Amino acid sequence: MADELYSLTIHEAAGMLRRGELSSVALTEAVLDRVVAVDNDVKAYLALTPEAALADAAAADALFAAADDPARLPALLGIPLAVKDVILVEGVPTTCGSRILEDFMPPYEATVTAKLRAAGAVILGKTNTDEFAMGSSTENSAYFTTHNPWDLSRVPGGSSGGSAAAVAAGECLGALGSDTGGSVRQPAGLCGVVGLKPTYGRVSRYGLVAFASSLDQIGPLARDVTDAALLLNTIAGYDPRDSTSMNVPVPDYRAALTGDVRGLRVGVPREYFIDGMQPQVEQAVRAAIDTLAALGAEVVEIRLPNTEHALPVYYLIAPAEASANLARFDGVRYGLRHPDAETMWQGYTMTRGAGFGPEVKRRIMLGTYALSAGYYDAYYLKAQQVRTLLKQDFDQAFQQVDVIACPTSPTTAFKIGEKADDPLSMYLADVFTLSLNLAGNCGLSLPCGFDAAGLPIGLQLIGPAFGEGTILRAAHAYEQATDWHLQRPMLNNMPAD
Amino acid sequence: MTANSTVVATGTYLAVIGMEVHAQLQTASKMFCSCSADYWEAAPNSHVCPVCLAMPGVLPVINEHAVEQTVRSGLALHCQIAPFSVFARKNYSYPDLPKGYQISQYELPLCHDGFLVIDGDDGQPRRIGIRRAHLEEDTGKTIHADGVSLVDLNRAGVPLMEIVTESDLRSADEAYRYLVKLRTILRYLGVNSGDMEKGAMRCEVNLSLRTAEQAARGEYGVKVEVKNLNSFKAVRDSIAYEVARQTALLDSGGTVQQVTMGWDEDRRRTIMQRSKESSEDYRYFPEPDLPPLELSSQWIDGVRASLPELPDAKVERFTGEYAISRLDAEALTAERSVAEWFEDAVHAYSGPPREVANWVTGELFALLNAQEGDITALDLSPDDLAALLTLVDTGVINRNTGKRVLAEMISTGQPPEVIIDAQGLAQVSDEAGLAQIVDSVLAANPDAVTKYHDGKTSLLGWFMGQVMKETRGKANPDVVRGLLAERLDHR
Repeated sequence: MADELYSLTIHEAAGMLRRGELSSVALTEAVLDRVVAVDNDVKAYLALTPEAALADAAAADALFAAADDPARLPALLGIPLAVKDVILVEGVPTTCGSRILEDFMPPYEATVTAKLRAAGAVILGKTNTDEFAMGSSTENSAYFTTHNPWDLSRVPGGSSGGSAAAVAAGECLGALGSDTGGSVRQPAGLCGVVGLKPTYGRVSRYGLVAFASSLDQIGPLARDVTDAALLLNTIAGYDPRDSTSMNVPVPDYRAALTGDVRGLRVGVPREYFIDGMQPQVEQAVRAAIDTLAALGAEVVEIRLPNTEHALPVYYLIAPAEASANLARFDGVRYGLRHPDAETMWQGYTMTRGAGFGPEVKRRIMLGTYALSAGYYDAYYLKAQQVRTLLKQDFDQAFQQVDVIACPTSPTTAFKIGEKADDPLSMYLADVFTLSLNLAGNCGLSLPCGFDAAGLPIGLQLIGPAFGEGTILRAAHAYEQATDWHLQRPMLNNMPAD
Repeated sequence: MTANSTVVATGTYLAVIGMEVHAQLQTASKMFCSCSADYWEAAPNSHVCPVCLAMPGVLPVINEHAVEQTVRSGLALHCQIAPFSVFARKNYSYPDLPKGYQISQYELPLCHDGFLVIDGDDGQPRRIGIRRAHLEEDTGKTIHADGVSLVDLNRAGVPLMEIVTESDLRSADEAYRYLVKLRTILRYLGVNSGDMEKGAMRCEVNLSLRTAEQAARGEYGVKVEVKNLNSFKAVRDSIAYEVARQTALLDSGGTVQQVTMGWDEDRRRTIMQRSKESSEDYRYFPEPDLPPLELSSQWIDGVRASLPELPDAKVERFTGEYAISRLDAEALTAERSVAEWFEDAVHAYSGPPREVANWVTGELFALLNAQEGDITALDLSPDDLAALLTLVDTGVINRNTGKRVLAEMISTGQPPEVIIDAQGLAQVSDEAGLAQIVDSVLAANPDAVTKYHDGKTSLLGWFMGQVMKETRGKANPDVVRGLLAERLDHR
């Protein structure tokens, strides 16, 4: 499959583009053809913009042709990418997977996509997501469920399931997702690709439709660690339009990929290997940790004692912030406005009643309750206090170790519909990922094996704040020693569900 | 309550009053985006951008100048300035609130625990506690008409400072004087235009009545809030109305309900807006899109050093330095621009400052009142006034002509010398010429001369008037008086 253009990695394609062995238009056409071939089954995209993509590709080719020194051109020039549909691209419809934004056309551009465009990347379209990024399977999308390219009867994970499936299925070379409680890492793990949640403040949130403002980060999804580093290089950095972005220098993350993990201290948290997790997941993750040890890393057992509180804390803070963030969808200025409303207040209730799906309503109710007079101290405030303890867990752990290794998810991809009616069991899909959104530090997922059913297993590597270089280095060294990342789903042989 | 608080009875009850003032800050741009904050008379929804329209995905960025304006205000009100303060979301739904929450401050405001000194009802200074002054954003405007609701978001996101007093005010008049004083200070600081008609200051009152016995026990009555008061007069009238209403209610054995009222300007009465039971739960929580605001002590000291001299200090200095009355000093310092104009004139003039004060508070204020203008908008410089006063002092014109010339200077913008020359207003001091006129007046009025000699010396003034009439007011009165005396008394 590696001879197919659509399955190239970004760094492979970038080399061919620079050597004149490939044009961006040819690459973009190949990927668009792939989308046409498989997206009826995968259903990764909510919107495709082929004309704009081919025009951008042609512009990129002109730059390659005119360049005296193509090596100096931006790494993403001419590379076809996908963007999760909670990130605004000016002039491309953005729905957030919600009926309430069904016909919304953004009047401005997100900082991350502006950076991608400035680097000459080709944006193919917008990928499916759980409504307002609330979910772990894309089943909460108001439009359709994305299917896992490794088994179309299964979910791709979520909420960035569209982006993860698109990367896995060859429907783009890389993609952006957003991660509030695991929404980049968990689908990356379930789809067998690399997904990175940067440190809170590493990447601008301007133009990311907010779910939980203190937890959201945009992150890359890619076929290998090098590609993830290239994408992060482009999107990271301080943005004066996001006061929570941090003015910390952006290193060259690709240069961090030395392949050397000798002496790297890898912590293994006892709390991340729990009863009820899929045994093959634990085996694969433990084997991956052994591989890191064999490469010269020093493996240390550590404790993250407050881990068990992360899930309830998350499900108080995230919905509380979401309940305010989603108040703007009132039908007054944009988006759905219910045609039958006769009064102003009916306009509010009918528009929101019709526009939001059940999971969004559930979280608005949860969050409103947690912030209400008489409950604030017991719920929201207490959750913030425990959040500080979770952060202290990581701070203490990172005095002992450089990287923490653990599973991304307790299980591999589950069947579509399996957990759709059981919110609590769905919430458990993020039990290993949401701690670091609460603590603010970074983490990534990369492929570390397959279960007996051939479904990918994700290894999560967690770093301290602004430790992206370290976790990318560890991930890259592991990747060099294994070939999980070279496996591609045999999509064409799979019957549609 | 402060130590020097005095208790003024209203009937049998004592009023306990607190105020909240929302003051729009004079900044170039809005609180969290770069849209112009000067929305007055702009076409609806023309001063908007994705941020203040609350498009999906936008983020607020704090306007540093608004922070500085709030800190200036806090320092002028003797507040503590918080080195660490937090913005919070105040959640409620209304079409003129685009995000569905207002970014405000709740638990940790920028400024707290200050005071403002006003004249109490007994004439003694009263210290009114300032509980807090915090920074937030204004809402847009909703207009309900003909079965539709229209929203204009030009005002949405304009920086707004909320200043909350302790319950230290005791009467409608004290509340009024507090507002006048506050407005003066905010205008001095260049923080707020004070333009009530344009909604630059909006007031809310909370008020309760209690008996002297309750006061002695430290108890309070039931608190009523009156919102949306758009003039100081409305504040005074609504307090007076509420005091009378609640007094009558309590006297007849009724109880006051804890409610929020509005003021109906046309019917001149308060009207109930909502009860305590239906009061909103704003679900405040810290704004996650903005990190806590940290101010260094150096930065705060820099703001403190930039504060102008405030009205109270100016009054003290003017009465001392310029030997003018307290009344004049207060009149001259009510507006910073007037005070500065006055001082410039004093410095340009070699005579006593009291003379400048007399002309400004007398002639100039009278002319300004007639024009409803501002002294700085007049085509009259402090140097021009000093020149005019010097011309009076040196006898080029007399005082009455000076007043005419001043009016002419304001209407034409010309310097006094030009007006005097052009209209031939210079005082006639030439003795030979005036002697001829004096002689002709005396010759024409032999009867009056006789009466004068018979002892009716008060006719001297009448003779003066006749000479002035002949000279169209330009005769030097001292010279004329000398000539008349010479002829009538020393024959």
